[in-house]
Amino acid sequence: MEPEAIWKTVIRSLAPLGLINIFFFLGGCAGPQSALDPSGPSALAIADLWWWMFGFSAAILCIIVMLWLYAMWRKPPSMTETEAYQIGNRWIIGGGLVLPIVSLTLLLSFGIPIGYRLLPLPLEDQNPLHIEVIGQQWWWEIRYVDAGIVTKNQLHLPVGRPVDIHVSSIDVIHSFWVPKLGGKIDAIPGRTNVLRLEADTVGHFRGQCAEFCGKGHAEMILFIEAHTPESFVAWMEGYKHE
Amino acid sequence: MNEKTQKLPARLHNDFMKVWGNPQGWRALTIVNHTTIGIRFMVTGGVFFLIGGLLAMLMRTQLALPEQEIIGPELYNQLFTMHGTIMMFLFAVPMVEGLALYLIPKMIGARDLLFPRLSAFGYWCYLFGSIILLSSLVLGIAPSAGWFVYTPLSNEVYSPGPNIDFWLLGITFVEISAVSAGVELVVSILRSRTSGMALLHMPLFCWYILVMAFMIVFGFPPLILGSILLELERAVGMPFFDIARGGDPILWQHLFWLFGHPEVYIIFLPAAGIVSTLIPVFARRPIVGYRWVVLAAISTGFISFGLWVHHMFTIGIPQLAQAFFSVASMLIAIPTGIQFFAWIATLWTGRPVYHIPMLWLLGFLVIFLAGGLTGVMLALVPFNWQVHDTHFVVAHLHYVIIGGMLFPLIAGLYYWLPHFSGRMPSDKLARWGFWLTFIGFNMTFLIMHLTGLLGMPRRIYTYEAGLGWDLPNAVSSVGGFILAMGIAMILFDIILHFRIGRPAGVNPWHADTLEWATSTPPQPYNFISLPADPTRHPMWTETSLQATIAEGRHTLSEIDHGRRETWGSDPVTGKIRDIIHLPGNSWLPFYAALVLSVLCISLLIRTYEIALIALLISLLLLLRWSWINGAHPGAAPDARVKPGYPPLHSRTFDSPGLWGMVVTLFSDGALFLSLLFGWLYLWVIGPNWQVPDAAPLAWTTLVIAGVLLSGAAYWYRRVLQRLKAGDDHYLQYQLWGITTLGLAHCCMLLWIWTTAPLMVTHTAHDAVIAVFLAYLLFHGGLAVIVTGLQAKRVAYGYVGKSVPYEVAVLEPWWLYTVGVFWISLLVILLLPSAWGGM
Repeated sequence: MEPEAIWKTVIRSLAPLGLINIFFFLGGCAGPQSALDPSGPSALAIADLWWWMFGFSAAILCIIVMLWLYAMWRKPPSMTETEAYQIGNRWIIGGGLVLPIVSLTLLLSFGIPIGYRLLPLPLEDQNPLHIEVIGQQWWWEIRYVDAGIVTKNQLHLPVGRPVDIHVSSIDVIHSFWVPKLGGKIDAIPGRTNVLRLEADTVGHFRGQCAEFCGKGHAEMILFIEAHTPESFVAWMEGYKHE
Repeated sequence: MNEKTQKLPARLHNDFMKVWGNPQGWRALTIVNHTTIGIRFMVTGGVFFLIGGLLAMLMRTQLALPEQEIIGPELYNQLFTMHGTIMMFLFAVPMVEGLALYLIPKMIGARDLLFPRLSAFGYWCYLFGSIILLSSLVLGIAPSAGWFVYTPLSNEVYSPGPNIDFWLLGITFVEISAVSAGVELVVSILRSRTSGMALLHMPLFCWYILVMAFMIVFGFPPLILGSILLELERAVGMPFFDIARGGDPILWQHLFWLFGHPEVYIIFLPAAGIVSTLIPVFARRPIVGYRWVVLAAISTGFISFGLWVHHMFTIGIPQLAQAFFSVASMLIAIPTGIQFFAWIATLWTGRPVYHIPMLWLLGFLVIFLAGGLTGVMLALVPFNWQVHDTHFVVAHLHYVIIGGMLFPLIAGLYYWLPHFSGRMPSDKLARWGFWLTFIGFNMTFLIMHLTGLLGMPRRIYTYEAGLGWDLPNAVSSVGGFILAMGIAMILFDIILHFRIGRPAGVNPWHADTLEWATSTPPQPYNFISLPADPTRHPMWTETSLQATIAEGRHTLSEIDHGRRETWGSDPVTGKIRDIIHLPGNSWLPFYAALVLSVLCISLLIRTYEIALIALLISLLLLLRWSWINGAHPGAAPDARVKPGYPPLHSRTFDSPGLWGMVVTLFSDGALFLSLLFGWLYLWVIGPNWQVPDAAPLAWTTLVIAGVLLSGAAYWYRRVLQRLKAGDDHYLQYQLWGITTLGLAHCCMLLWIWTTAPLMVTHTAHDAVIAVFLAYLLFHGGLAVIVTGLQAKRVAYGYVGKSVPYEVAVLEPWWLYTVGVFWISLLVILLLPSAWGGM
């Protein structure tokens, strides 16, 4: 392959990569439902994890593609079959065994502890707020069990206090997801799953059913408001009086 | 070349065509030849690819702008369900199978696959099943619960009407075709390589196909079982997946992904096989690390069965299980890495030349690698919780499947195009096609990762403006149309090349494998003579191979006996053991598939009388098919062979039929294991599992039935042993005796079933027991029928001391039937009482 052809190929292959960078940096990652615009510790941990993984993967992608192109382009010195065999073994062991094993170990040693911290484990100093969410075609029933409050598609929570969302369903499978606060958990009939979330900024967020649940799936939206602790109490009081 | 050697190939060709030639006109429906069947699979798959792509274009049109109302949710849900279903089941799997059916015999120096009628039957099942499924789209009642049809959304309450039935019945029908091709490929690769082709002399492509075929054999049964159970729940009301009556919807997810994850590698491995075939040819040197690559392919096959749960990280499973499946999912990066670096090392140490297929391989490298990297990210549980079921996953899966399957496939298409047609494609149009596809693809799907991270779930038919999703969706839609233009360009190039492509000549790419030793386009017999003791690169070590093969200078070039023959060889060393005589063209596969499609339609519209009649007719057709074997006048009544040659396979005990039976039983066993898994899963994990106070089946009668069955199987084994020792006294009457004993077992089983107080629509517990009983009855019943048929064949003289192979073929079936009977008895009766009805 000619050098000019190689460079043309490289430029053409990288053009789409450049495109996404433009969107990342010009378009921004903000949005009421963006996982890259976190408003809570869980979502923040996952967003950080993403950026690290993205950088690492992009580097590996570039290196391997360059290596492939260089391998196609270079004119190798004549070698015996034994020499070729040794070179091949070195590549296979280095790239096929060492590289993935080291990368995966690295990834897991960061990733598994992060996953562990997201779990709804008992807390020493705090008592998480207990909220039940029942998915149904095609809306969310939100129950504040202790306060005796029931709302539809409106989830209010206090900033700075962990919230345990107990998710279930009365018909098909749904999935409860508020990207700005953290990951999702499925709402499955006959089961109750618990998701630990916490908001650290006051504001309005958006959530949406993530598991396909039929005709109204696109409209199964959840509105979240994170209050200061005082205004959360005020909201609860106000709701009870209504 | 003198006149004599010039005439010789032409005369040989004519003689071979008298035996191997394909009929024209209507009778073309009877063709069983692997070249024709392979091309039919690929062309049909190509048509479904275009239909699936069209549905994708409709979806991208709807999503191009926010809050559009071009397509409503009902239609949109049908579109994405059918897009996924068509691309996975009607395009990807049949396409790679078609390529394998076309290439494998040619690469291993055989004249055809070992069960040619099964190839044809598989094709017709695929075609009719696909047409039934697609008809639902035309009627506007297509399935709309997503291509993994999760319950309870797909049950009769939330998806009333026949929509999901189309999916369950149509796909099961298509899967018959996939499994039969899987069995056929395994046995053909292991038993019909040309004389002296040892396993480690096989082209790498054959290794990949061998692993893929085994994966089909083990991987499809869980979904077949799941589909049967869900259809029974929908049609009869047996509550396997209904929480209230002791079932569990999560069981469906396990069964589906037990199939679904291996499925991804079932379509990736053949594509990797294409890459491993092309790179050495264009690097002009043998692959570096042949054994490494073989090992990588095999370990990919194994690992892929241990990571299905990573599709289910958000259902709330224990942390330890998540960590296990997370690590298992990442492990797959190791064999993939080995293959990538073997390819790079081959290019590194070779002297690469640049042709169109290499451009597609470069596209494969970039896209598949990116998809693999996002796959590793997805295997990490915390990240998975955030992006699962979003457009990030949609982007990832298209990177993996289009990059990992479609790009190598098109590289292979360009590479083997001269083999299909004898002509070369145009370089210029091909480049246009590549760059449009590559740029269009990345524009559609690269930005889609971001769309997902910005919070857009998958499978929503529209979205609000102002959430940050407007621009990325518009870019994806434009990219989608550029991608479509690229595909159109490739099609245009291929159609054009049949008319104006320059003739390819012999071995245009200077390839090393045997398929280039046929004429191009190939003749139905592939080779006039079969080359013995090939090296790993036969076309490089013997450049004149094509000519010497056509001149009949190698082995097995006799044709005056009028039989279709190929070598039967040892599975490891490739030393010849027997001559396999193959059946010729037949209407039976076509008729059998046609009647089965009547069965499928009558189940769909729930007219069970017609279904029963169709079932009986198809059984008769299949039995008629098995009748024309062995010493039957339509098969090989005359067993004379050239002195010094091994005997015909039907005159031995170790025939390809026996291998086919054993591999089929592997598949059957995988189905049975899935059923056992379902039973134990519901016992242990089902939230509302209900056990009746009294055991519904009486163990005394069951044990008596089991003793009858074991007695029949033991007797059968004795008969076979005596036959092997050359003793065929009272063979016919003994077979009748075994048939009678088996029949008594079946009657008893039927009596137990009909008198047992099973409430199959009330509890999942009783429903699963009914499935166990039906499974046992099916196996016992079939054993009885085919053994009775053997007795008849002994009377006709088609089976006997000199033609013993069929008796040996049926033995594993009897042993398997006994095995599953006692295991079922154990888990239905003993296990529950041991657990005290928890």
